[in-house]
Amino acid sequence: MSEHYTLHVNGVERAVQDAWVGENLLYVLRERLGLMAAKGACEQGECGSCSVLVGGNLVCSCLVLAASAVGEPIVTVEGLAPPGAPSDVQQAFVDCGAVQCGFCTPGLIIAAHDLLDRTPEPTEMQIREELSGNVCRCTGYGRIIEAVQQVAVARRTADAGAAS
Amino acid sequence: MSAVDTGTRTRDVLGASALRPDGIAKVQGTFQFSSDLGGDGVLWGATLRSPHPHARIIRIDVSPAWKIAGVESVITADDVPGQMTYGLIDQDQPVFASDVVRFVGEPIAAVAADHPETCRRALAAIVVEYEVLEPVLDPEAVVAGTAPAIHPNGNVLRHQRILHGDPSVTGDIVVEATYDIGMQDQAFLGLEAALAIPDPGGGGVELHIATQWLHEDRKQIADCLGMAPEQVRLVLAGVGGAFGAREDISLQVHTCLLALRLGRPVRMHYSRAESFLGHVHRHPATIWMRHHATAAGEIVKVEARFVFDGGAYASTSSAVLLNAITHTQGPYRCPNAVVDGWAVRTNHLPCGAMRGFGVVQACFAHESQLDKLAEACGLDPVEIRVRNVMHTGDRMITGQVMQNVAPIERCLRETAALPFPDEPVGGHDGDVMRLPGGAGRTADVGHVYRGIGYAAAMKNLMYSEGFDDYSTARCRLADGVVTLKFATAEVGQGFVTLAPQIARDVLGVDEVVLDRIDTGVGSAGSSSASRQTWMSGGAVNAACIAVRDRLFEHVAARHGVEAASLRIDGIEIVDESGALRLSVADASAGVEFDETREYHHPPTEDLDENGQGNCHTAFAFVAHRAVVDVDPDLGLVKVVQVATAQDVGRVLNPLSVVGQVEGGIAQGLGLAVMEEIVQIDGRIRNASFTDYLLPTMLDMPPVVMSFVEEPEPLAPLGAKGVGEPPTISSTPAIVAAIRDALRQAGREPRLDRVPVRPIDIIGVHERPRT
Repeated sequence: MSEHYTLHVNGVERAVQDAWVGENLLYVLRERLGLMAAKGACEQGECGSCSVLVGGNLVCSCLVLAASAVGEPIVTVEGLAPPGAPSDVQQAFVDCGAVQCGFCTPGLIIAAHDLLDRTPEPTEMQIREELSGNVCRCTGYGRIIEAVQQVAVARRTADAGAAS
Repeated sequence: MSAVDTGTRTRDVLGASALRPDGIAKVQGTFQFSSDLGGDGVLWGATLRSPHPHARIIRIDVSPAWKIAGVESVITADDVPGQMTYGLIDQDQPVFASDVVRFVGEPIAAVAADHPETCRRALAAIVVEYEVLEPVLDPEAVVAGTAPAIHPNGNVLRHQRILHGDPSVTGDIVVEATYDIGMQDQAFLGLEAALAIPDPGGGGVELHIATQWLHEDRKQIADCLGMAPEQVRLVLAGVGGAFGAREDISLQVHTCLLALRLGRPVRMHYSRAESFLGHVHRHPATIWMRHHATAAGEIVKVEARFVFDGGAYASTSSAVLLNAITHTQGPYRCPNAVVDGWAVRTNHLPCGAMRGFGVVQACFAHESQLDKLAEACGLDPVEIRVRNVMHTGDRMITGQVMQNVAPIERCLRETAALPFPDEPVGGHDGDVMRLPGGAGRTADVGHVYRGIGYAAAMKNLMYSEGFDDYSTARCRLADGVVTLKFATAEVGQGFVTLAPQIARDVLGVDEVVLDRIDTGVGSAGSSSASRQTWMSGGAVNAACIAVRDRLFEHVAARHGVEAASLRIDGIEIVDESGALRLSVADASAGVEFDETREYHHPPTEDLDENGQGNCHTAFAFVAHRAVVDVDPDLGLVKVVQVATAQDVGRVLNPLSVVGQVEGGIAQGLGLAVMEEIVQIDGRIRNASFTDYLLPTMLDMPPVVMSFVEEPEPLAPLGAKGVGEPPTISSTPAIVAAIRDALRQAGREPRLDRVPVRPIDIIGVHERPRT
């Protein structure tokens, strides 16, 4: 049973042709639209590697049927910043040593952006709780927390500078 | 949260916290992992696996799969053109089972099709008729010789004893117990995936693969394909973590077979459930230890018996067992030893390499024993350990003399001196997330006890028992730019960060280009055994020095000075007199130097029948302290802090070392309190991240650390490998802390198995012996 539908991804209308309706959003983003940043690691919403924003909500794209995301704005890591011009969160992850193998990283980047947009000055416990849906097997999380905290401080400093 | 200053950088030479060259690509999602490789017209491959732990195959009928539209190929053992089996040490594992299946998940057939869903239906259509056989699941039955052979090679993968000193010696104080260690999964996030591209005409194949050791993979693949190694080219695809699970063959041969048969590119990806079946795991083990000590707490003898369940195939079981038994003593002097070790074949999942490689299991036993000794001698846990520390020049229970720097006492003392958490149980803010059970909101702060535990470990570095695990590197210098080529698998550990640091240091350049990591250069050995900083670092260093020598000869000839008088100063070449000073960029303009070097560590030897011999290459040391909060009635644990001081030789990149230490401790924490593959009747029951629990950001506490820097004279860069030690003694330190908390609650905890489960803490019933 093949379907044609359109997804709104990173501000662009993307046609999906001849897709099996059972395909999840992760598969469609990767295999049909060539957006490879979101990763599949558990296929059941436990690890967060496939995190994207759908309609402004942080979701595991492996748990969302692609066809059900029609009409919602979808944001993937590719939509956060142009290649070679990383966002503040992305740069902080590199600077702080929050990246080792990097497989969990795109999901964490999306989740950290979402956290900092909603909670600009998170406590350490808020960071831990909000990002606990993203499993990292390499880093032990210490440098990731450091990176998120660094961005929060930098944004606050920038805001203070802009206000004065 | 570390006590370590990761510093500011001027040039990214050795000692600086240079950043990952692949970092930006990884945070932007453009870094290509093995599962990101594909493209139009690339077929999907998938594997049919045994549902039985032990069965005879009566009949395989693949014809129904061929009738499904979109199926392009179906292959079985009949389609293997070369050697029918593979394996790292013994080639005892079939590419496809044809007569007998020996574990749940053993491959029987593979298909290639146009869509993963087509693959799934094709696999479901294949008919396999089995005669189910009684599985061998009890390792002790194999040791006792009462289990029927389940493989032509027999069921004993290795039996090795160690007899050292006087076996009749006894101590004033004797403590003993039997310890169980559960089966841990490496649980890398990047699932097994590969892309095989056949050469036109089928005369060879190029495999893009996430692996730890390209050349060893190539050898095994070529043998099974019936090809010469040169016909099989391997390219390292982006590796999403490894931790030992990518040392063995998984989908490599299957993917190549499908691609060669079809003359088309084929990609194969495992699911998470399949990954649990498709790679080897950390061995579950039962270890009995009896320590004899003087009344003052000096160890005089250790007796031990190890039984490691290797599962269905040999993998690296024999080497894992060697590591375990030769680390019976831990980082302590021990003049007399009687040790008996078995690694046996069963119908459980095959086991092999995981970070720590046998030493994790031994360490949980010896560190639990040290705490028992401390209690019996009335000493505190740090003092009993300091009293027994090994020193350089001491003889180990294998008769081998410790030749490395051995700052164990410093590791222990510095760990003990690191700051404790400044928050009381439950924290100052009363946030329930700080309590055991967290969001479950079950623990009450009044019933939570805080405990402190210590542990220390010794870990061998590099390969052992006569194996020459050399590494190769090629260095080219032209116009002030260095290009490095090596086959060292970058699995996340950061060798791609370190190698350019070495080149900048040796050659005085800033621009270092890394060539593709593939089999187009000599072997680098495996990214395992904490060995690449030492081995591939040694090879890169040697190749860069060789290029520097040629550069100096060139400069000397051109400027009329002695080559021996030249040295690198920053980014310049200077001579002793100070008369000559020119930049490396200028000096190398218009010329090219290209040198390839191998680095070999000193040879090691096999153990004799009494377990005596210089079998190991080198050692590193570490100590851990854990602080935990425990609810003894609910059986819940919250790890509050881990402190560690690690013997690193020399810190080459502080940020990278912090990452290894924190990440390794997270895996040690996992084994301590949550991670275990559960098999019942030979069937895995928790092959998912829903049921196999991994530490999250809420489970992992802050780590405080100190690097013990005593440069290792035998290491080419003075640095020891740092990857494994964090994983080893963090586990027993956490369990010791849980025991300490329970004692304060008035309990008599045994906790002689990991992971520690709620029922082990509550003690509601006797632990079942399996």
